[in-house]
Amino acid sequence: MPTGTAKVPDLTVWDCLGILSHPQSLLAILYAGAKLAGTLWGAWMDDLDKKLLNMLQTDFPLVSRPYRLIAEKLGIPESSVLSRVQQLMKDGVIRKISPVFDARCLGYATTLVAMRVPETRLDEVAGLVNSYPQVTHNYGREHKYNLWFTLVCRDSHEIERLLQDIRERTGVSEIHSLPAKRVFKIRVRFEFR
Amino acid sequence: MNELQKKVVRVLQHGISAVEQPFLVAADLIGISEDELLRQLHSMKAKGVMRRFGAILRHQKAGFSANAMAVWNVPDEKIEEFAGLVMKFQNVSHCYERPRLDDFPYSIYTMIHGRSREEVIDTATKIANEVGLTEFELLHTTAEYKKSSPVFFEEGGECNEEGRQR
Repeated sequence: MPTGTAKVPDLTVWDCLGILSHPQSLLAILYAGAKLAGTLWGAWMDDLDKKLLNMLQTDFPLVSRPYRLIAEKLGIPESSVLSRVQQLMKDGVIRKISPVFDARCLGYATTLVAMRVPETRLDEVAGLVNSYPQVTHNYGREHKYNLWFTLVCRDSHEIERLLQDIRERTGVSEIHSLPAKRVFKIRVRFEFR
Repeated sequence: MNELQKKVVRVLQHGISAVEQPFLVAADLIGISEDELLRQLHSMKAKGVMRRFGAILRHQKAGFSANAMAVWNVPDEKIEEFAGLVMKFQNVSHCYERPRLDDFPYSIYTMIHGRSREEVIDTATKIANEVGLTEFELLHTTAEYKKSSPVFFEEGGECNEEGRQR
């Protein structure tokens, strides 16, 4: 297993039984498994897939026949691009091909929340946080502040209400909202070599 | 945001398909012509409402299995200079300025990705050396509980939960 994977301590039979009643632990294990599979898959992709992924991630052509344009640049038929993209979607390498909107430009309020949760309650509290549709990302991290999640809400009042609700339902008082003062870079693009 | 733009967001946010004319399919759903949809998309991109258009990958599946949030205590007057430097690093995906907390005095938040925990640490060390900054922390990601795209302009604002369980 690669380092830095999900928190899966030495498992005993009792822990395994416990997992059945804690779906979040099960998810952590699935996450670790998916990461391992991903590492293997990354090594397996061929050069053309890598080139294609690099092109698809940025400057996707906003034209009538975008895949034909990409095909011309790669020097392969449009049908090959289509079948490869379909396969990469099916394999789950590509989550989707879509616009990434600036939530704030659309009038939404966003923030990053830091939460200090007792280690033994991390999975339980994470599960409760996940249940809010306004929570888009939620990660466990190695720190005193061990749960970090992002919120996309209609306005700042909704953020406040939601955080108060989480405080009351979990009894965790150390929750801090850290809205961005400035955004310098968002580039979720990965170069394949 | 007018009603047409909201409709474009509502339909396009779920992604286009891998067919010869994907925007024609989407335009049909919206009830406008393909040309009109492309015009709307170009305009949203120019205005910055759309940050980008393209494939969104599952990082783990793409071989980038480790990541950490790196937080930096950068003096206020040096923030822009620091951001300029850190943005040049390929493996840094995000760079935000956020408020400092009493017990967490960091002003800059970045995400660092790598193929291993060691690669993430290497990148952070390189950045620290280059800018001459010693006050930073790496918060390695230990579990991904949720990763979804926000769903805009839909009843209930439901999130579209993806990944993780596959």
